[in-house]
Amino acid sequence: MKNLFLTLTATAPISLLAQSKNFMYSEGKIYVVIAVIAVIFLGLAGYLYRMDRKISALENEK
Amino acid sequence: MQQTVYKVIGVVLVLYSLIFGLLTSIPDLPIIEESIRNLFYHVSMWFAMVAMMAGSFAYSIAFLRKENLYTDRRTAALTETGMLFAFLGLFTGMIWARFTWGAWWTNDPKLNGSAITILIYLAYFILRNGIEDERKKARISAVYNIFAFVMMIVFIGILPRMTDSLHPGNGGNPGFNSYDLDNRLRLIFYPAVIGWILIGTWIASLRYRIKNLSIT
Repeated sequence: MKNLFLTLTATAPISLLAQSKNFMYSEGKIYVVIAVIAVIFLGLAGYLYRMDRKISALENEK
Repeated sequence: MQQTVYKVIGVVLVLYSLIFGLLTSIPDLPIIEESIRNLFYHVSMWFAMVAMMAGSFAYSIAFLRKENLYTDRRTAALTETGMLFAFLGLFTGMIWARFTWGAWWTNDPKLNGSAITILIYLAYFILRNGIEDERKKARISAVYNIFAFVMMIVFIGILPRMTDSLHPGNGGNPGFNSYDLDNRLRLIFYPAVIGWILIGTWIASLRYRIKNLSIT
């Protein structure tokens, strides 16, 4: 059964693969976009956090 | 790190609004269609901007009462952060206008009002940079900031509502009021606004601390 699945997915066109049951492929891949947005925003938040830490360090030096 | 709690809440709320703003079901609106989701992103920029400017307005009054230069730095930091949100709001609005009205810019009272507001606040920075003496700079820019805030309320809060405007929520157009009735949108819009205001407060506090560090 597993082999059958592998041969099917290996030969299936991309569009068929996209329709598989995987969560990230569902709803026209909107979750991929959401993941990208989340990564960008978390990256910016992390940047703010690091800047905050650096300013705190500078304040402590004074 | 100082006062970590509000920063974490801000990040969580904005992240929530970014994710669920795309996932939520939306009311069926003509012309606006899916772009109603901009309510969570574009409109929250302006709310954050007004909040920053309200903060700088309050600190301007506080400065004139006590003449504390730290208060003046808070005013400047908040105004700078407000300008960041204003430009983000302006540019995101232009993208939306291009595909809703067919032009990047129209002579709409809401659009021109926001442009005038930005110019008024740009003059605040020019005024600050033009005065050498710290106390004089702080005093004059505090007075100007109070004036600028009142002008902002007039130009983006009052005038667009009194004349015809194409902008959603103005001039009798379906907009903020009718969206407001939709709880699905409200459930994401309000957290987005609060989240961005907290993020803005965070950015402004960093700018304020840098200002304190760079002096003396």
